[in-house]
Amino acid sequence: MTRPTVVLGVLGVDAHVVGNKIMAHALEGAGFKVVNIGTFSSQEDFIRAAIESAAEAILVGSLCGHGEMECRNFRENCIEAGLGNIHLVVGGNLVIGRQQWEEVEKSFLEMGFNRVYPPGVSPKKVIDDLQKDLKNRGAQGAGSKK
Amino acid sequence: MSSALLIDFGSTYTKIVAVDLDREEITGYAQSCTTVQTDIMIGLRHALALLPSSLRNVPYACKLSSSSAAGGLGMVTIGLIPELSAEAARRSALGAGAKVIKVFSFKLADKELREIEGINPDIVLLAGGIDGGNTEVILANAQKLAQSRLTCPVVVAGNKAVADEVCGILQAGGKVPLATENVMPDVNVLNVDPARTMIRKVFIERIIAAKGLKKAEEFVEGILMPTPTAVLKAGQILAAGTASEKGMGDLVVVDIGGATTDVHSVGWGSPVQAGVVRKGLPEPYAKRTVEGDLGIRYNAESILKLCGAEAIRQNASLPHPDLGKKLECLSRDVGFVPDNPEDQDLDFALASCAVQAAMERHAGSIETLWGPQGQYFIQHGKDLTPVEQVIGTGGIFIHHPRADGILRKALYDPGQPFSLRPRSPNLYTDAHYCLFAVGLLAERYPDIAFRIARKYLKKWND
Repeated sequence: MTRPTVVLGVLGVDAHVVGNKIMAHALEGAGFKVVNIGTFSSQEDFIRAAIESAAEAILVGSLCGHGEMECRNFRENCIEAGLGNIHLVVGGNLVIGRQQWEEVEKSFLEMGFNRVYPPGVSPKKVIDDLQKDLKNRGAQGAGSKK
Repeated sequence: MSSALLIDFGSTYTKIVAVDLDREEITGYAQSCTTVQTDIMIGLRHALALLPSSLRNVPYACKLSSSSAAGGLGMVTIGLIPELSAEAARRSALGAGAKVIKVFSFKLADKELREIEGINPDIVLLAGGIDGGNTEVILANAQKLAQSRLTCPVVVAGNKAVADEVCGILQAGGKVPLATENVMPDVNVLNVDPARTMIRKVFIERIIAAKGLKKAEEFVEGILMPTPTAVLKAGQILAAGTASEKGMGDLVVVDIGGATTDVHSVGWGSPVQAGVVRKGLPEPYAKRTVEGDLGIRYNAESILKLCGAEAIRQNASLPHPDLGKKLECLSRDVGFVPDNPEDQDLDFALASCAVQAAMERHAGSIETLWGPQGQYFIQHGKDLTPVEQVIGTGGIFIHHPRADGILRKALYDPGQPFSLRPRSPNLYTDAHYCLFAVGLLAERYPDIAFRIARKYLKKWND
């Protein structure tokens, strides 16, 4: 079986590179092929990389608190680019101020993300979920076309 | 005495440079019109007859040539995403000295396929998908090409996982596929050299004959490369040096012609200022760009359209009241050589505009972004600000009395602080038209080629 490919990066005007490096390392260790587009990446950068690499998932990091604005229309743009229902994951400091996590999660799920993670989530949790989710998608015949 | 003869079958002129290999001197230069319509040898014989008699009938240690005759090496490149594999393919073809007529991306539409057939390129470069990535698009495009009327070779440089399958599809359609490594094996990883090598091989083995230039090989040992490759090669050897000669370091070569302006940069162009983040597809170490709309004869009018009359006048010292008419004449009378101060001044202004625009497109730039934590600087392309040598080549740099003034327009401009052009380099001109010859000679005698270039480049500042 070939290694599943995922695109990883930090969205928007955001220089936070440490979590990105840790996540890339953990994903590689877990057997994923990681296309890491790094910091200061636009939605277009994620989508273009996902098309060229035929990725099965896009993992978006957003650490600067502008997540709600930066992530708007991400799913719609994927659909427009032909990536359809590619698995979308987002995590980091998605919002600023004190907001109920449940509300934050709900708003990102409504935007079309499949998984939403709060600050401080362990890479292991993200990877376990990802493996499970991709397996389920594979069983349903979903995911992007190879 | 051991000598070498270096020949360029140019689009307009066939040029010859004779070199004394022992004394490391240029002993002769001659040019005559290229005669590709009738017999390439006629023009070559004319040019040879113009050499001093002492150089005509001596045995030469080597006779090497480059060519941009019969339209040069016309290519079409195809990739998947315009900013990724399609761009990687384009850069690879440009570095191989090709004239990239058009770049296509995503799945080819029928209309686009007809367009490619109409272009009838010398080579198609087919890329798409990183290794192990997307296979759907390159396979679909191979199917399309297989069904086309094209007869040219197709260099296949995409996702390695389906390289064999792509070649099989093309072969089944009666095409000539030539597989090489992926131009973009991973997202934002550039691998242009294997495709460049393959393009050059195809050029030598097939294109020369297809263009009716094979006859020249009765006289020369071989047409080794397209002319722009010879110039880029000269730039590379000057920058990096040889086993026994220390190179000059990162450099830029600006080549102004009648129809196009080429810029070559040799160096990685990494950020030099702290806190600058580089984004986008990496740049090739030896990078060539061609501006098909910037040339001081055929494209004199397109310079006017692009840069505007004001920019031309700003670069001129005289008023030029009938500018539009003048430029129209120039674009028709492409062999025009100025013989009075006014026409020379106009050439100066046109060349200045061409250099400015070509360098602005070639050099990288800085984008300023504001985030919650303050200001960030993102670098796209190469930072050429620390480049120490800038070399001008092409007729205008030989003949124009203010050649250095034209070359200075390639430099950093405080009015455009985010365009990363060289700040304070040494300025040279190729006063003896030797760069192509150096690039060819470097194939056999790299040390001598390097020293001849150093000796014959004219330095303008201290």
